[in-house]
Amino acid sequence: MSMLETLLETFQTGSGFWNPIVWIIVAVLAFLITYILRGFGNKKYKKGTEQVKSFLSGNPEYEKEKMHVKSSNLFWGFTESLKWIFDILHKMHTGNISDYILWFVIVMAVLFLLVGLM
Amino acid sequence: MNIIDFLLMHSPALIVAIPLLGAFLTPLISRINNKARNIFVILILGLTTSIVLLLANDVFTGNIHTYVFGSKDLALPIIRILFEVDALSAFMSIIGAILALVAVIYSWAFMQENTGLDKFYTLILLMTAGMFGMVLTGDMFNLFVFLEITSIASCALIAFWTNKGKSVEAGFKYIVISTISALFILFAIALLYGQYNALNIATLANAIQFSFLDKIALVLLIVAFAMKAGIVPMHMWLPDAYSKAPASVTIVLVCATQASLYGVFRVCFTLYGNTINLSPASIGWIIVLLGIITMLLGVAMALIQSDFKRLIAFSAVAEIGFMFLGIGAGLTVLENAEMMAAIGLPAMSGGVFHIINDALDIGLLFLVAGAIYYATRETSLDKLGGLARNMKYTTVFFIIGLFAVSGIPPMNGFASKLLIYESTFQLNPILSIVAILSSIMLLAVFVKVLHSAFLGPSIPKFKEVKEVPKSMLIAMGIIASIIILFGLFPELIINHIVEPAVNALVSYGDYIREVIPTFTGGI
Repeated sequence: MSMLETLLETFQTGSGFWNPIVWIIVAVLAFLITYILRGFGNKKYKKGTEQVKSFLSGNPEYEKEKMHVKSSNLFWGFTESLKWIFDILHKMHTGNISDYILWFVIVMAVLFLLVGLM
Repeated sequence: MNIIDFLLMHSPALIVAIPLLGAFLTPLISRINNKARNIFVILILGLTTSIVLLLANDVFTGNIHTYVFGSKDLALPIIRILFEVDALSAFMSIIGAILALVAVIYSWAFMQENTGLDKFYTLILLMTAGMFGMVLTGDMFNLFVFLEITSIASCALIAFWTNKGKSVEAGFKYIVISTISALFILFAIALLYGQYNALNIATLANAIQFSFLDKIALVLLIVAFAMKAGIVPMHMWLPDAYSKAPASVTIVLVCATQASLYGVFRVCFTLYGNTINLSPASIGWIIVLLGIITMLLGVAMALIQSDFKRLIAFSAVAEIGFMFLGIGAGLTVLENAEMMAAIGLPAMSGGVFHIINDALDIGLLFLVAGAIYYATRETSLDKLGGLARNMKYTTVFFIIGLFAVSGIPPMNGFASKLLIYESTFQLNPILSIVAILSSIMLLAVFVKVLHSAFLGPSIPKFKEVKEVPKSMLIAMGIIASIIILFGLFPELIINHIVEPAVNALVSYGDYIREVIPTFTGGI
């Protein structure tokens, strides 16, 4: 088998397969088709006019610097609805070295029980 | 004998000796000038990497290398240290060699403004030597010694920025955790030595009876190595240490953590593999459960972080879960040859492949975080924004890291995760669903970073920010290239690197037979 054939070999996963090269070719073709379709779009866009301004339900637009959504505000709905889980996780992570050792002792005790019982 | 054969013959010793010697020479070379020192350290690690690759190339063809310091006659009561290198050891050495080399290239510019760099590079080389020693040695006490070398060097490097209180605190936490782990490992080794009068792993594996004391030693070894490997719920030191160390130190720390993971595997599979009278399926399901908890907890904690480096550190915890899921799933079907071939081996290949992928992906992301810190002196995602305008190359490297860590094709993470998803689906679809959910959440975590740090309007404070120096870009570029290469040619990597390592893990009998030819057990 030549080096090129070895490189292009399809990856067998045991129950399926995966060929990244074929995937890339398909992805490139998809981009090309999208680009061609884009060419058929509306050409009336005018840079620097009202068309490019954001519409915030009629409210005035803030300065660009103040419009950036901060990291802590992202996924707010998700974290708020699962707040009880995150509260438990926060309580686990105290940052106290004594607690780290406590977890070590707990895991050791559980493993002693498991190995002793089996 | 030509030079290549000579190097190959002595490679197990050279891989540890070269960085160790380099560590002691670095302060002397520093006296010449900083540039000479930086070149010297890169050359030392470049040479070590070449020897690691040379040894790995030979080991992956099925040879196991042994190297004896002292008498080769095991019957003689002489103190000796034996290095034994199988494909798993070679696999772990490759990870350590590549990332350590990248770390020193990155440090050239990243650490330039710091003082005490002779000590910094000495410690990096010591840490690397310790890490290599851990994965190459065939002796339990020697493993403990190298673990200690790695831990002490790591602690000093985590606390390297002594002007920052939190770095010193993280270093203190790390040394407490490391000392307690090492103490229990030493105690376990003493229990084994007391019974069998041996320290060599293969000799112990041949003699071990799984007595009451052996069971105590097993638990002590697993818990201690697991804590150093950052397995939930003993992972809490990891975000502290990873986030407060300089970025170039963090990527070597990732390797040191994985060397401890290697310790868990070596103990479970090789040392106790033949005598453990627990069902492999039971152990497999325990590991799978640990993997699932590690994944979910890691990714959930990552989602709510607003510090870039802490966020990556928790993602690293989640990634450890994927490795455990793959290897645990393989263990559950170890006794069933048909299922082992259909599910077990692909699952284990996925788990082992993910070890190297995790080191590369998480390593690249830490380097990107370091680049942002270098350019802005900021790691809080709430304060960053719009950096893609000024740091185009760093943004591209971050996107590569984002895709890789979330398992998006065609990056390397996809290939290993695909193996894990497909094999665990056949075992139990819920496992696969949880793994995919965790990957989706990892994508969400890093899309948050992409939006917060790189996209959005230009922040006035960062308008003058410039792209990082070339040495940092080259270091990130090396890892990004390997990520893409592994992603594009996964079959090549699986066949030549991963499968030999998986076979070494499962066929532990070969490792023991290399030292004890009369050993009849093993798979």
